Amino acid sequence: MRHATTVPQKLYKVLIYVVCIILALLSIFPFWVMVVNATRNTYQIQANAVSLIPSSYLANNWKVLVGKSFNPLKGFINSMIISTCSTILTVYFSSLTAYGLVAYDWRLRQPFFSFIMAIMMIPAQVTSIGFYQFMYRINMTNNFLPLILPAVAAPTTVFFMRQYLLGTLNIDIINSGRIDGAGEFHIFNRIILPIMKPAIATQAIFSFVGSWNNLFMPMVLLTDSDKYTLPIMVSLLRGDFYKTEYGSIYLGLTLTVLPLFIIYFLLSKYIIAGVALGSVKE
Amino acid sequence: MRRRKGISYAKYGYIFSIPFILVYLIFSLYPTLFTAVIGFTDFKGIGRTDFNFLDNPFQNFILILKNPSFQKSLGNTVLIWTLNFIPQILLALLLTAWFTSNRRKIRGQGIFKVLFYMPNIITAATIAILFSSLFGYPIGPINSLFQKLGLSKEPIYFLMNKSVARGIVAFIQFWMWYGYTMIVFIAGVLGINPELFEAAEIDGASSRQTFFRVTLPNIRTIMLFTLVTSLVGGLNMFDIPKLFQNGGPDNSTLTAAVFIYNQAFAGSYLYNRAAAASMIMFIIILICSATIFFILRDKDAVLQRKLEKKHKKALRKAEKEARRATV
Repeated sequence: MRHATTVPQKLYKVLIYVVCIILALLSIFPFWVMVVNATRNTYQIQANAVSLIPSSYLANNWKVLVGKSFNPLKGFINSMIISTCSTILTVYFSSLTAYGLVAYDWRLRQPFFSFIMAIMMIPAQVTSIGFYQFMYRINMTNNFLPLILPAVAAPTTVFFMRQYLLGTLNIDIINSGRIDGAGEFHIFNRIILPIMKPAIATQAIFSFVGSWNNLFMPMVLLTDSDKYTLPIMVSLLRGDFYKTEYGSIYLGLTLTVLPLFIIYFLLSKYIIAGVALGSVKE
Repeated sequence: MRRRKGISYAKYGYIFSIPFILVYLIFSLYPTLFTAVIGFTDFKGIGRTDFNFLDNPFQNFILILKNPSFQKSLGNTVLIWTLNFIPQILLALLLTAWFTSNRRKIRGQGIFKVLFYMPNIITAATIAILFSSLFGYPIGPINSLFQKLGLSKEPIYFLMNKSVARGIVAFIQFWMWYGYTMIVFIAGVLGINPELFEAAEIDGASSRQTFFRVTLPNIRTIMLFTLVTSLVGGLNMFDIPKLFQNGGPDNSTLTAAVFIYNQAFAGSYLYNRAAAASMIMFIIILICSATIFFILRDKDAVLQRKLEKKHKKALRKAEKEARRATV
């Protein structure tokens, strides 16, 4: 094979690396400024808003931040409850629905799958007015349930789980379970769920991150500041309260995304593999 | 005696689908219908639950369609989406071509992918506030940077400039999504039958020819899928424009979703108008995705039919020849 590395070829390769490094810096820069400025005081930020070196005012910024009714711990707990519960519901019931679609031959199977494909594109936001009024009538605003329960019906996750099961499910495994006298639910819980672990892990990450980052629905439904999720708390950082407390604003922003950064850098390999997998739609 | 073999498990298909269907009916279908109904009523004001149908059922829809803010928000949504999508798809394609090239092995791809995709999983609300701080006036990191690099002497009030504000919102969307699009495209390219690339290489095709003649046509489906999801997401753009400048300055970053939110949950709580606007958006989204899917499916179906015809022709020919040979 020909491997002519002429001068323009080499230059082109250098250009590729330069572009990639610039893009990488572009990904890091805003977050770097955020984290570093979280440790600096207003005076330092006013003197020079970009610095690569952290300073020592972290504790001070924390005091100012918490002193103005910003309660990151509360928001963290609220977001955690909602995201964890809805993630569990999403992965369990999506696996169950997908299993029902793959393992059994029932008359409405194909229509039901087409239906799931059709509703995949409908965003929850366009139905928010009716959703809010419905919840208001049954006294469920300022309650986490309306943010958690809808997670049972997650069409994109069902779609992904179905694709995964089609590739991995072996009918013999189900049959051997049946011969042992296991019921269908037992087979699903004890045999199928463990098989689906890799798919469940990826979908759990995406479901969790999606729920954690959600702003629209919580903002519509939650008005009691004790129930605020982290993204709602972030929106408070824009208020006049923090006008010149730059360090505190940056600290508040940093706190809200810290869990995401930790998750991301621990699991980035799986997350990126999951994006790639989820995209290969037949 | 019970016959084991005769058991039909079909009913479990229905049973296992019940939770999904039930929750969908309660939390999605009913709210959708309810939203549609509210669109035809006089329902407004906080804390009220009673409403009457309007004499002219389409009054809200007409008022919304004539509302200059709504028209502007629709225009902004399309403009901001386009400004983000075109560079996004071009950059994603370029990076895909670089990262999947067999001739140029790019090192450090793993780390580049991790960094390019990173903004996508970070809370959009946080990113919106972060960028409005970055572009702060008179003190802000970007202003500091501009002055240090000698690009400007005086601090610039970026966020007061309509085009700049709109550009920044589009940039944030672009910055958050190009990594995702790139990973999706790379997965698509890796899914192409390697024999096609080998054939191209044997035929002496250059990298450029291979990319435009083999790679691009083969990821067409994935590109269209990306287009649809991005379009639907773009038409619902809310977090960034809402928290970046709350639609301002002078409504220049007001998107349709922010408009709907402000109609319903701020000011005079015009639920009926917001519901009408939601339904209009709903229909626009339906038309867009249906159109794109129609184009997509039609092309593939046409191709399939052509191939089948060719195949049949070839078969018939072969049969004829075979018959002739035997005679």
